[in-house]
Amino acid sequence: MAKLILLCLKFIILSSAVEAVFEDQVGKFDWRQEYVGKVRFSHFDTHVQSSKKVLLATENNVFAALNTRTGELFWRHVDKTGPEGNIDALLQHGQDVVLVVGNGRLLRSWEINVGGLNWEIVLDSGSFQSACLVGQQDNVKHVAVLKKTVISFHYLSNGHQKWIENLPESETVDYQSVYSDGNGEVYALGIVPHSHIAIVAYSVEDGEIIKQVTMIHSSSIKYSLGLEVAPGFHPVLVSTQPNPGRQPLSEFFLQLGPDYYQLLQLNNGQIVTLRDFKPYLFSSLQASSLNLFSAETGRRLLDTTLIFNMDPYGGKPEKLHVQAFLKKDDSVGYRVMVQTEDHTLTFIQQPGRVMWTREEALSDVVTMEMVDLPLTGTQAELEGEFGKKADGLMSMVLKRLSSQLILLQAWIAHLWKLFYDARKPRSQVKNEVTIENLSRDEFNLQKMMVMVTASGKLFGIDSKTGSILWRHYLDNIPSNAAFKLMVQRTTAHFPHPPQCTLLIKDKDTGLATLHVFNPIFGKKSHVSPPALPQPILQSLMLPLMDQDYAKVLLLVDDQYKVSAFPSTKNVLQQLQEMASSIFFYLVDSTQGRLSGYRLRTDLSTELIWEVVIPAEVQKIVSVKGKRPNEHVHSQGRVMGDRSVLYKYLNPNLLAVVTESTDLHQERSFVGILLIDGVTGRIIHEAVQRKARGPVHVVHSENWVVYEYWSTKSRRNEFSVIELYEGMELYNSTVFSSLDRPHAPQVLQQSYIFPSYISTLEATLTEKGITSRHLLIGLPSGGILSLPKMFLDPRRPEIVSEQSREENLIPYAPELLIRTEWFINYNQTVSRVRGIYTAPSGLESTCLVVAYGLDIYQTRVYPSKQFDVLKDDYDYMLISSVLFALFFATMISKRLAEVKLLNRAWR
Amino acid sequence: VKMARLLQFKIAVVSTVLFVVCTNLVCCNNGRRVGDAMDTEFSGFSVPLEHSFEVDDVAKFKVRGALVLKAGREHSVSLTQNQLSEEDRAKLKEVAAVDGLYRIRVPRVFLQADRQTERQMDGYLTAFVRACAMVESHLSDVIALYSDVSGYLIGVSIVTLPGACRGTEVEDEVDLEVFNTTLSIMAPVNAPGPETALFLERMEQETEKKGKNPQEQKSFFAKYWYLILGGAIFLMATNSAQPPAGGEGEQS
Repeated sequence: MAKLILLCLKFIILSSAVEAVFEDQVGKFDWRQEYVGKVRFSHFDTHVQSSKKVLLATENNVFAALNTRTGELFWRHVDKTGPEGNIDALLQHGQDVVLVVGNGRLLRSWEINVGGLNWEIVLDSGSFQSACLVGQQDNVKHVAVLKKTVISFHYLSNGHQKWIENLPESETVDYQSVYSDGNGEVYALGIVPHSHIAIVAYSVEDGEIIKQVTMIHSSSIKYSLGLEVAPGFHPVLVSTQPNPGRQPLSEFFLQLGPDYYQLLQLNNGQIVTLRDFKPYLFSSLQASSLNLFSAETGRRLLDTTLIFNMDPYGGKPEKLHVQAFLKKDDSVGYRVMVQTEDHTLTFIQQPGRVMWTREEALSDVVTMEMVDLPLTGTQAELEGEFGKKADGLMSMVLKRLSSQLILLQAWIAHLWKLFYDARKPRSQVKNEVTIENLSRDEFNLQKMMVMVTASGKLFGIDSKTGSILWRHYLDNIPSNAAFKLMVQRTTAHFPHPPQCTLLIKDKDTGLATLHVFNPIFGKKSHVSPPALPQPILQSLMLPLMDQDYAKVLLLVDDQYKVSAFPSTKNVLQQLQEMASSIFFYLVDSTQGRLSGYRLRTDLSTELIWEVVIPAEVQKIVSVKGKRPNEHVHSQGRVMGDRSVLYKYLNPNLLAVVTESTDLHQERSFVGILLIDGVTGRIIHEAVQRKARGPVHVVHSENWVVYEYWSTKSRRNEFSVIELYEGMELYNSTVFSSLDRPHAPQVLQQSYIFPSYISTLEATLTEKGITSRHLLIGLPSGGILSLPKMFLDPRRPEIVSEQSREENLIPYAPELLIRTEWFINYNQTVSRVRGIYTAPSGLESTCLVVAYGLDIYQTRVYPSKQFDVLKDDYDYMLISSVLFALFFATMISKRLAEVKLLNRAWR
Repeated sequence: VKMARLLQFKIAVVSTVLFVVCTNLVCCNNGRRVGDAMDTEFSGFSVPLEHSFEVDDVAKFKVRGALVLKAGREHSVSLTQNQLSEEDRAKLKEVAAVDGLYRIRVPRVFLQADRQTERQMDGYLTAFVRACAMVESHLSDVIALYSDVSGYLIGVSIVTLPGACRGTEVEDEVDLEVFNTTLSIMAPVNAPGPETALFLERMEQETEKKGKNPQEQKSFFAKYWYLILGGAIFLMATNSAQPPAGGEGEQS
């Protein structure tokens, strides 16, 4: 009987946790955007006239084909990250594209129509130098790959190696490029620095060395043209070979300076200068112009000027990818793909029409925040009425009347729009989101996603549709910058605009700058941020507000001096009053030192606690606090015997994760320390032996979940720590770290997880009533929503009456991955790096954004939609039943009255 | 900056002086404990426990007592401490009145090392408690030392019992004379791994049970077929989209 109950229980629990999307809900609440990253190689597919493909190989090790008409992806292949998947070269011939991947480790051939792999071969080891296609009599059949010491020759049709030869004198000669002009020979060109150039010619047939030429450096040729190289610049020669079976064009470019090019022509051994291309000085940076020049003559072609407007919030153009073609009237036409510093691709057609833009910076999102949208003008007007101070009865009445009038006006306008739209065919009515008509919806489900990318470009994206509403490129961002985005003022304080602050810190020097902006419009705020001459150690957002409702940001510099932003008199006064209760901590992971400081009234600090974890044994890998906007609804858990187990809800608790420096699989360990951030008291200290990182941690409410690699069992394991205060609460009204003498009870349990994970985050809801789920980004591209219920250290090993009463799931060592737990069904999110969760106005709903190479936004309902009626809710049935009942009561009442009357008469 | 440096220098001087004092103390202790050390396998060693409470909140550490640490499988610790002098008592009350801090610190040590020189490392571990809490609890504090896996001391904590500052006046000076300290040393606990062995054992037991009593196993459907059938019909009737009872059968 007990077993039966257990089974039933299991079934109920499992079925209650089941959640999935229905087919008609696909894409209704979620969207995905796919990116490729910064372009390294691009190739327009020209072998068919009507082809509209451009092939891209990017720095993010992605190989993709874009539709040149729309900018959408035809297909995309995501390779391994890091140098292993690095794309070294891209060669196209007809329908095939040959890629050299991973510093010459692999040679791959792709079919470009569908993006299928033709063949792949592993090349001999050796660092890759150059590759080229080799043709004979317009027939391209081979590909030559030049490495540091060898040259190999492969068939284009199947990748088989035709021959491989060692390069002569490869210890001294630095071979750099390989070339063929279709005459049955392949040339390898090498340089001996400060001495000579070596050229080796191989026979295509069998790899035999036909001849070897060495050319002595002669400075006489170099300056015979009277060209002047910009000081400190290494000149670069750019030549083109349209067909690998033929000789390259006799015209070539010589880059003499960062912005200075010269078009030269090699004519019967003579070099002729055709044209100088000096940098144009733009009077305004708003527009750029492009011209097409004839390579043969160096003259500008008529009617080829293309002027396009640059995005004032974008970067400067960096690279052009030109697709030239002959028009029907035999004149030259062209399209151009402009790549700018902020990794944007803009495809432009003559005369200056922008066909599409792709914001490839979004492939590398570093951090993000979600900001509530502002109220509409009318709503704000009403709100503002309550905010203002009362000044007399009469004026209040007038104000109320005027705002009512405005509301009426807006309503009429709305009706008129409805009427107007109703006359148009449905397809023409578009609800396009623009910055002007942005407003909060009833349940605050639509928000502004502010995304910060590694390139230094900021984006404002509408969370409902995924359309980019604003962008802002910050130039002179250091390449190794760390970003921290903070919301200083939300949209709740109308007429003050919302305000976000981005802290940009150079990781090497520690010097930081602040960028203050309006998160809804992306405009830079007129509030001038303070200059920060000292390296910044720590920044913290206080719940204090200045008179303009901006939260105070404290910045701690390397002299342990604190500066506040905004630093008005009001703020400084508040800080002085609050100083003795403002504590903060610093982490020095190189020395393993965690130290706590207290603010003094003169904005200096004093060291109050110190914990030192010896860096020679273990190193601190992450320190996680709780999210400040997190609410916990219930103070405790009701046990089976109706007593309450109170949670230890310390808002100052830090979870510190360490990894051992000894990586031997028997001795390595992962350490977890729970430290109170105010007093420095170590609440709990545990080691997970025979374990190794990478460790992913989530810290929320009264629990910490972490994931590690078990070296002993060779598997991933999850562990959960929960803290309870016990059956009695020490001080139920307020929590103070300074007054909690008793250490909490610590419960811990571990589980096996059958997959690696990329990232870990917990759901977050408005009031914290909804049960929590863990969102796990898997390397396969799935995002798993795992109920926290399964990670509960109170899961009993032996089922008892009480645990059943409490609805605890019996312990099972393995956490299963159920396919219905994937919140992104088939919308794979490549290379997930982070998951961001934000509460919505509905308690049941949590907004989720997963970012990595792709961006995926969706909503999750951890306890199902208990506060929302279903989409297919039968309003008709309910209302008809209601009405029927209503009339039935009316009729029966009438009948009863008649009956009573009749009885009275009798 | 200069001020701070001067201060640091002062602290350094004070601490070196203190250090000399402590080392003396250590010597004394060791001298006393030579006899004990012969008996026990692990000889204890002593480090100073220092405290500081100043009205201007600038730390000036003075010796409060000596901690005797014993390394071993289970670290142990004991404390000998002096009484608070008349002057200190007055100062502590003064500090409590301005809501100052009562700080303690211990030097960083490596418990597992054999020689004294290897034990000492530079730097201190510090912790604090509000001075008023110290006064109001009549100097009853709980001090905990924390060591890491390899035996390094990594942290110290102090709390008082009761921990709150209620503003009650401590009249009797005698209450502030003797420390009533509860001392402990904590090593990290081993976090549990997944409990596969126990789970498998339980599974085996269950299968054994099943094997022993096949009647009961068989009678599941025999007993409850009407329930299952009824449930299936009910499910089918209410929601045609729901899969029929086959799924449930599999689950069972």
